[in-house]
Amino acid sequence: MFASFKDKIGEAVLPGDVFTLELPSPENKAKAEKLICGPGLRRDGDNVSVCKCGVLRHKPPNVFWIDSQQKRYVPVKGEAVIGIVTAKSGDIFKVDVGGSELASLSYLAFEGATKRNRPNVQVGDLVFGQFLIANKDMEPELVCIDSCGRANGMGVFGEGGLLFRVSLGLVRRLLVPQSELLAELSALFPCELVVGLNGRVWVKAASTQHTLILANLLQSAENMTAKQRQQLFRKVADGAL
Amino acid sequence: MKDTPLSNCERQFLLKTIEERKRLDGRETYDYRNIKITFGVDYGFCMVDLGKTKVMSQVSCELATPKETRPSEGMLFTTVELSPMASPAFEANKQSELLVKLNRQLERCLRTSKCFDMESLCIVSGEKVWRINVDVHVLNHDGNLMDAVSIVAITSLSHFRRPEVSIQGQEFTVHTAEERDPIPLSIYHMPISVSFAFFQQGSYLLVDPNDSEEKVMEGLLVIAMNKHREICFIQSSGGIMLLKKQVTRCSDIASVKVLEITELIQKALEKDRKARKDDDKFSFAESLPKEQITAQKLKEAPLEKMDIQETASEIINKANISPSTQGEHSPVLHAGGVGQVGEGITSSWGLEEDIEEEGEMEEKTTVKKTKRKGDVIVISDSEEEDIVVLN
Repeated sequence: MFASFKDKIGEAVLPGDVFTLELPSPENKAKAEKLICGPGLRRDGDNVSVCKCGVLRHKPPNVFWIDSQQKRYVPVKGEAVIGIVTAKSGDIFKVDVGGSELASLSYLAFEGATKRNRPNVQVGDLVFGQFLIANKDMEPELVCIDSCGRANGMGVFGEGGLLFRVSLGLVRRLLVPQSELLAELSALFPCELVVGLNGRVWVKAASTQHTLILANLLQSAENMTAKQRQQLFRKVADGAL
Repeated sequence: MKDTPLSNCERQFLLKTIEERKRLDGRETYDYRNIKITFGVDYGFCMVDLGKTKVMSQVSCELATPKETRPSEGMLFTTVELSPMASPAFEANKQSELLVKLNRQLERCLRTSKCFDMESLCIVSGEKVWRINVDVHVLNHDGNLMDAVSIVAITSLSHFRRPEVSIQGQEFTVHTAEERDPIPLSIYHMPISVSFAFFQQGSYLLVDPNDSEEKVMEGLLVIAMNKHREICFIQSSGGIMLLKKQVTRCSDIASVKVLEITELIQKALEKDRKARKDDDKFSFAESLPKEQITAQKLKEAPLEKMDIQETASEIINKANISPSTQGEHSPVLHAGGVGQVGEGITSSWGLEEDIEEEGEMEEKTTVKKTKRKGDVIVISDSEEEDIVVLN
């Protein structure tokens, strides 16, 4: 059924490319499989059409998506992002997450927060949270707790550190389990790293110089091959240690 | 749409790095970002990249009636436009404070400083003069727009050529470029502005602030100067108190920077002139790097199927020749008409040096003191850690 997909895995696809599904005949409906379309793929009747340019990826058994490079962030439900608090109004905070609209964040959506015990959040602070509501017709809503009411790493950022922007593709590369880039980076200097799926990265190392180096390395690692990157990292390690 | 706000974390970090005499992009206190000047096919078109800041300018001319107060002088009009493409903070067709400031400063920079001969633009006194329009568009905003705008405006003015006019009695004819070569404006001097950002009540200063540095700065001092060290305008904003010593120091720095930039502009103009004269390749499209996947291509050889047997041994012998020697090379040409500094130079912001320096600091300071005796202020020397405290 996924034959047309299977040939193209790992190859570049462009918007407008169409995959046809060879649907099984109605008699043996029991054998029909489910297909899960990830970002960049859209169902179009009996076909699946591509709506982003990038590389077609596959995760067995039936998940397909397109790995694309872009800078603009579109909120997606459940994604963890770094936001900047821009306003405090009544019982909600307005948070800039880099999307087309500001997200709202209730003051009760923090661990241990009650009506009496308000979290200490100032305008301009950074928060790490996940989307509870994110669709194109509604204002996105952030929360800093998981479904059990635990912070689970989310909440307001502490003092210090540097926030900078990278492309969404690099962020996803950083967040891949056993990411090479992350492993190489953490071998350089001990550091705290928070990666938001909206392309914002917060880094804090022992000194400002180390923080600066890490930030610049991450930003320049975007368009490097693994070999070039390792060479650069080795150079930094030799020079700095 | 609103611009991304600056978080407290970024602000604190920036101020801390400035205190430690470092910058986010690895520059030294007095360093400019890379400047790249590109010209277009038409005369009077110029594009300037100052790091990520990008501005474009087109100079045009038209016939107009002069002002009654100055009947024998041409006119100069400058307009700066901030398109929403440059930054989400800019709105189309909206007069913002920044836009008014840029327009006013550019006008002061060019018109009030009398940087070119206005009287040569007169055709018939009191009736017809040339009106020169300078249209500057900001394509990308990453701080220090004023410097980029002043560079692009004066460069496109120097690049511009107007049609020649001949006068017989009361009649005059405007010749097209085919009939007679268009003539350049007579530029007296090139006013170039240099911006200084001040932090912590003026205790720290930075040259050529970028967008994030502009967001945290407390005061801004803009000095426009030509290479003869004549100040064309000076503007201090942000309500910061500056000492006389600070201003004179800034003007010293500005004079060095202006000299460097003027040299760069002249180099770029010269290169473009030469490329045009030699019918070489010029213009903007040529200056873009060609990203080719294939550097070599092979010509298709017609396949001959006759007497395969005989030639087989020959082919085997020939096969030792590596295919690369047969490939036809198409090297990437470096374009004319592009003057730029710093492209391809690796940033020397000292991943290694800075940390090493910490240990050797004491030795170095003694060396520096002896070096300084030469009394020549080399401001752009990024090797030295200049002392920036001004008061």
